[in-house]
Amino acid sequence: MPSNPITTEERTLPVTESKEHITSPSLKGNASELRDLEAGLDNLQSDLGRKRGIEWKRVLLPVVALVVLILAWQFYVSLGLKRRDQVPGPLDVLNQLVVLWGEGKVQESVWTSLQRGLVGFLISVVVATPVGLLLAQVAPLRRAFGPLISGLQVLPSVAWVPAAIIWFGLTDATVYFVVLMGAIPSIINGLISGVDQIPPQYRSVGTVLGANRLQMALQIILPAALPGYIGGLKQGWAFSWRSLMAAEIIAVGGTIGFGLGSLLDQGRALSDMAIVMSAILLILFVGILIELLVFGPIEKRLLLRRGLLAGSSR
Amino acid sequence: MPVVLENLGKRFGDGAPVLDDVNATIAKGEFVALLGASGCGKSTLLNIMAGLEKPTSGALEVPSDGAAFMFQDASLFPWLTARGNIELALQLADKSSTKAGRRDRANELLELVHLGGAGDKRPHELSGGMRQRVALARSLAQDRQLLLMDEPFAALDAITRDLLHDELERIWKETGRTIVFVTHNVREAVRLGQRVLLLSSRPGRVVAEWDVTEEHRTDAGHAGELTGVITRRLREEIRRHAK
Repeated sequence: MPSNPITTEERTLPVTESKEHITSPSLKGNASELRDLEAGLDNLQSDLGRKRGIEWKRVLLPVVALVVLILAWQFYVSLGLKRRDQVPGPLDVLNQLVVLWGEGKVQESVWTSLQRGLVGFLISVVVATPVGLLLAQVAPLRRAFGPLISGLQVLPSVAWVPAAIIWFGLTDATVYFVVLMGAIPSIINGLISGVDQIPPQYRSVGTVLGANRLQMALQIILPAALPGYIGGLKQGWAFSWRSLMAAEIIAVGGTIGFGLGSLLDQGRALSDMAIVMSAILLILFVGILIELLVFGPIEKRLLLRRGLLAGSSR
Repeated sequence: MPVVLENLGKRFGDGAPVLDDVNATIAKGEFVALLGASGCGKSTLLNIMAGLEKPTSGALEVPSDGAAFMFQDASLFPWLTARGNIELALQLADKSSTKAGRRDRANELLELVHLGGAGDKRPHELSGGMRQRVALARSLAQDRQLLLMDEPFAALDAITRDLLHDELERIWKETGRTIVFVTHNVREAVRLGQRVLLLSSRPGRVVAEWDVTEEHRTDAGHAGELTGVITRRLREEIRRHAK
């Protein structure tokens, strides 16, 4: 560091009889003036409230995109390149959906699948959360089981269907088993990566504030890891929904009820493309609905409250 | 109960010692500024006093209930409001406290740092100075006699820092805490401390100390002189490492 002690001396040695307080140079005034200064700084430096209200672009743009896609579909069908029973148009599928609705099959299959998906997902959350926290917090456990959990996440849960059918037969237990094997590793991994990304400072603060291990886990680690955890939940839901469809398509009959996968399989058996497309659209629709109504708002609120939304394209 | 450091040493692994033979006694209610160049182990010393790290040699006597700690960045939890952060500290400090009691106490502490109206704001909505004041209120919520501060105002602009100096001094007088304030800023040390301890670099060791008397506080000449003397000594310490 370049330094010149002589200039320091000249600068800091008293040269005049001034009454200035050198160690506290800029602040003069009585207590209330200082408070006003402070309040002024606070107001200047902190965020102003943002505007609220319905953003029409957010609603309109996806609707426009959907209309464009349907028009393109209709245009392709009207070219007549393929037989109509192989590639039905939007109106054919809509008619088929109305028929299925009239038979009560839409309601039954959506309800059955959604119910299974949600129950399976909730069980997965309850199982995966404590396991994930434990693995993230206890190093030997993580070293032992971490690779296995990552492996299980990569393993397609459809691979469990044959085993599940042999163990549980054609019952709901088969479906739930496959769903759990799909969702649990995914949620555990999401939580672990969320915990890994916590700034180390938060743990120091927790220690200094006197948190014990349980308080640290529940009141500091878990909320700090929440963004990653929610990401894991979202992925967990996707995995359980996919596994469910796979299980329903493969395992038909027995005491297994009539779900969306079963509807899809029925369409295949009848070689009725309109039913198949109806089922696919219903599966897609449920997925979009869950994202829009459940995960989207939760994630947005979480990011907004932590000030992480500025500049994002959400 | 005073804080006593005796022949305290710390090294990480097989490396050169970061701290070596540190001796100091800090009386109850005293405001001590711990001054040193960057990288001299000030923060390590503070972490040891806070119980975040263990010394490798020597002995250390701190109050049995531990110490409150204020970090260089506010380190507020972003998922809690300003008040929520303070309430969490209150809850962790005293498990038997009631929710209403914690809320009242948190509001009192926010008033103390002149942030009565900002309790419902989240950390990202506050300015750097306001965040540090919330952090100060949170460290006071711990209700420990010893308050350790690790360059808490280093990242703030000059006006805000001057304001916070005034505020810290006022709160120190009102609460009678024992404060150890780490800084690399000589003026800040003279402005705040009753005593300034100079820590040498590599290894860190207390090599000089000065008393800041009432005369230094009121008389610009004396204050300037002391600042000059300490600055020269600090530069000498740093120059030792030029070769």
